[in-house]
Amino acid sequence: MSTTIAVVLLLALAAYAVFGGADFGAGFWDLTAGGPEQGAAPRAVIDRSIGAVWEANHVWLIFIFVVTWSAFSPAYAAIMLTMYVPLTLAALGIVLRGSSFAFRKSVATLRYRRIFGGGFALSSVLVPFCMGAIAGGIASGQVPAGGKAGDPVDSWLNLASIVTGVFAVVVAAYLASVYLVRDARSAGDTAMVEYFRRRAVVTAVVAAVVAGVDLIVLNSKASYVFDGLMSRGLALVILSVLCGFGALVLLVRNAARGARVLAILAVASIIGSWGAAQWPYLLPESLKVSEAAAPDGTLTALLVAVGVALVLVVPGFVLLYLLHERQLLPEEGAEDVSDRSPAAR
Amino acid sequence: MLDGVASLTIAAAVDPVPWARAQMAFTLACHIILVPLGVSWAFMTLVANYRALRHDDRDALVLAQRWSKYMAVTFAVGAVTGTVLSFEFGLLWPNFMGTWGEAFGVPFAFEGLFFFTEAIFVAIYIFGWRRLKPWTHFWTGVPIVIAGIFGAVSVVAANAWMNAPAGFTLNSNGEVVKVDPLGVIFNDAMPLQSAHMLVAAYLVGGFLVSSVYAAGMLRGRTDRYHRTGFLIAFTVAAVMTPVQMGVGDALARWVYNNQPVKFAAIELVPTTSSDVPETLLGKLNDDGTVTGGIAIPGLASWLSDPGTGKSTVVQGLDTVPANERPSTRQVNTVHLSWDIMVGLGTALFLLSVWYGLSWAIKRRMPQSKWFLRAAACSGVLAVITMEAGWVVAEVGRQPWIVYRYMKVEDAATENSGVWITFIVVAVLYVALGITTIAVLRAMSKRFRRAGGFVDHDTPYGPPEQVTAGTGGQTEEKAP
Repeated sequence: MSTTIAVVLLLALAAYAVFGGADFGAGFWDLTAGGPEQGAAPRAVIDRSIGAVWEANHVWLIFIFVVTWSAFSPAYAAIMLTMYVPLTLAALGIVLRGSSFAFRKSVATLRYRRIFGGGFALSSVLVPFCMGAIAGGIASGQVPAGGKAGDPVDSWLNLASIVTGVFAVVVAAYLASVYLVRDARSAGDTAMVEYFRRRAVVTAVVAAVVAGVDLIVLNSKASYVFDGLMSRGLALVILSVLCGFGALVLLVRNAARGARVLAILAVASIIGSWGAAQWPYLLPESLKVSEAAAPDGTLTALLVAVGVALVLVVPGFVLLYLLHERQLLPEEGAEDVSDRSPAAR
Repeated sequence: MLDGVASLTIAAAVDPVPWARAQMAFTLACHIILVPLGVSWAFMTLVANYRALRHDDRDALVLAQRWSKYMAVTFAVGAVTGTVLSFEFGLLWPNFMGTWGEAFGVPFAFEGLFFFTEAIFVAIYIFGWRRLKPWTHFWTGVPIVIAGIFGAVSVVAANAWMNAPAGFTLNSNGEVVKVDPLGVIFNDAMPLQSAHMLVAAYLVGGFLVSSVYAAGMLRGRTDRYHRTGFLIAFTVAAVMTPVQMGVGDALARWVYNNQPVKFAAIELVPTTSSDVPETLLGKLNDDGTVTGGIAIPGLASWLSDPGTGKSTVVQGLDTVPANERPSTRQVNTVHLSWDIMVGLGTALFLLSVWYGLSWAIKRRMPQSKWFLRAAACSGVLAVITMEAGWVVAEVGRQPWIVYRYMKVEDAATENSGVWITFIVVAVLYVALGITTIAVLRAMSKRFRRAGGFVDHDTPYGPPEQVTAGTGGQTEEKAP
């Protein structure tokens, strides 16, 4: 049963990377969009694209925490003990990001919008970097098991962590740009389609380069995980490369819908390959999944929760995405509700 | 350089336990203000929305729209402060989570589920005003209310478990080896504690929202829009107040039976005896005597069990060793908080009675300026009441994090830098609080200027030619 929960955890991580990652990436493009006039058009696309969904996306993270602390509490405690610096930074970044995004939409003056917008965009880069650095630290065995803390600085500011952190930022930006191409197209904004398409192609190439560098670094700093990537996780690594390459071809040829699906698969299989590469360890070579697993009662309860989620939450989530996708949740450009109220008729 | 080294050494010597405690208390105290809004505002909004659709009420429609927009802001802030808490469980209490996460974590799995549902439907409801059909849109709000209720119950179940740990088996090393999830969730403290918090959420939310409109009416905005806003929210609160008195009383008796030391702290009982007086205010001294305050003879005994009346024996603080009960200072904190909760709760109850009587007799709300003044204060008072109640629950459990199983000091992180994160978090949260209030005020000003409903244009500009800060007339003050 612990294997099932580990797979659920990995799927949730992949979902967070795919949905939440794109969210953070949108913040990256917001950050680099330029001054108020110049950046107005891309920011409008970005805002429309994540406006309705960011809070739901961010629940994936809470879900990951809950599953980890319930099902694998020794691993959770170990990661928290060692990685408290990047985790604290990520938590602060999440506060800054979520609140600034909400505030930015609620204030009218340009000055305040810029301040909140800056907070939103900067934290959108900080959070994925921290998450990537934590993943790199775990993969390279920086988190000791058994209630003792690893080095608070070296554990996440070593070469493997930094490169993985940068990789996370790039992947988030890549995903977001691919989504934004589609969002701009469905809004009929050809200039913005071109704008984000160019960026998607560039970040795809950058992501490939950083991934290569990351592999080289992992080879020397995290040999267990590297070996895993080359054996247990190899199929997923190849899938990721193929999907990434396919997405690139489609982007160059301006086929946004297919590109998006492939980009999602590429990123999800990166997460999958990481999980497979670490197997059977949660913390490479110091804590196995089976050793860290909670008693059956807890695991059963978690599986029940997951089952209920499949029945209740997933349809809601799909509904939200469909409404969002079909532009049924617009914030502007539609008639005001007063025109629709019986009183006004 | 030497100074730097010296301060680092000092930092290393700082005891992390009080700082971890302070950070948890501070972040929870902030988050708990947003909880009632998250749980009950959607309900009030749906009441307004229902009225609008059923009775073709334009004011109620605008009210529902604006409330949903304010809700978006408070929900967002609640979501991020709630996420911070999930980080803090591990960051501040790694040993607690390492040992007990397998049991304690279970209710959170369900809480996460409900929160997810809530977030999804909040998004659909808030963004669905324009294109969804009116009644379809109304129904997308209903899951928010239901998920809010179940979410609150689940998260309180986890807290209740800390008061009444159950549903697990320990081996000889003190490790959890068997977990019964239903036993964890439906622990003894869960039904009453959850009910108390849930009712509090509706009560605080109602008073908080209505106090804004009461303040507006005091400034002369007595139009139908303001009256409707006030009536919906205040009625919700007024209905909940007597319910809360009953639930609170039952919970106090549960504490008497199950957490006698907490009860002794609440009632300021140093030694076990019958005929225990109810002490209003007053304080416990280190030598175990109680000084000051007003003592009502026999009342605490009588309230603990009206069946046996004054002869009811109340267990004193001295029944457990000093290291297994709250310190004198903590006892005084618990007792004072208790007095505040009960005192303000009673005052809010009387205010609700005033409102109820006026409806019963004159078929309208009280017209007195004093009623509106009191109602305008009720929001802040309700928040203080809730915070005080929460202090009673948490400080009263000290020194235990898991009652009679694990002490707070054994659960805390050993990271001596917690004082730094506490300061950073405190600064960030104060800024967040001020900004939230400022944003809500700015929104209400803008809504008022525009009359009906305003939407947002592209972030950053091109700048709208409206300057915030002009006009300055605010009657819809954010609480």
